[in-house]
Amino acid sequence: MPTATITGVAVTLNDEGFFEDPNQWNEDMAVELARREGIDPLTDQHWKVIHFMRDQYFEKGTGPTVRVLGKTSGVTIKELYQLFPKGPAKMAAKVAGIPKPRGCI
Amino acid sequence: MADPIEKVSIIISKGSLEGIYPGLIMANGARAEGIEANLFFTFFGLDAIHRKRIDHIKVAAVGNPGMHMATIVGALPGMSALATHMMEKKMSDLDIPPIPEFLEMISDTGAGMFACKASVDMFDLTQDDFIPQVKDIITVGEFYEVAAGGHIIFT
Repeated sequence: MPTATITGVAVTLNDEGFFEDPNQWNEDMAVELARREGIDPLTDQHWKVIHFMRDQYFEKGTGPTVRVLGKTSGVTIKELYQLFPKGPAKMAAKVAGIPKPRGCI
Repeated sequence: MADPIEKVSIIISKGSLEGIYPGLIMANGARAEGIEANLFFTFFGLDAIHRKRIDHIKVAAVGNPGMHMATIVGALPGMSALATHMMEKKMSDLDIPPIPEFLEMISDTGAGMFACKASVDMFDLTQDDFIPQVKDIITVGEFYEVAAGGHIIFT
């Protein structure tokens, strides 16, 4: 299991760079993770999505797909792609320190 | 690891429900992975973007071995509507959007949507016949320009 150092703290990531243990994450790490993904700075809307991703993960055991995000996060699909151009659910999950959501829609 | 796919152009050439959905799911899925995606509608695939037909897309009950029933049964009145209804119900349970909503969503992801000029001319259609998400009616040559640098998937 590869470990990485984010903001000086060792965390466990999978091969694709997603957190194995979401409890290792904190908000400072999100800023650093976002920067690595080319997002700088994180706006209030980014944070809204990040917190929504984490809430959903801890509630349901899996992060939401883009479809679910668009329907329930209060951020439209269009805006989600502006905030996270390389795929909202995937990028936001990475920044939010949760495993990559699985789903075809 | 192999180079990641960066761009796909998906051609939808069939007008049945089972002919349209796979291409839409692939386009939407590509965008969700951060892959650039374009949709090109040709022949009966144009029904998927036709204002008046988009709400009436049906499963093919005849000539479809996947239905696992005798052709003569599939030909009974209402059979296609029944099969469509059952499939739509199942998809709705799985939160797969209906085609009009799905196209709107895919357009919002930033995917491009185009209609094939040869087919548009053949069916006597114009841009006004299509949903507003359709960017343009383009020739096959222009399609290849749009698709340049990516993979082409024909469905």
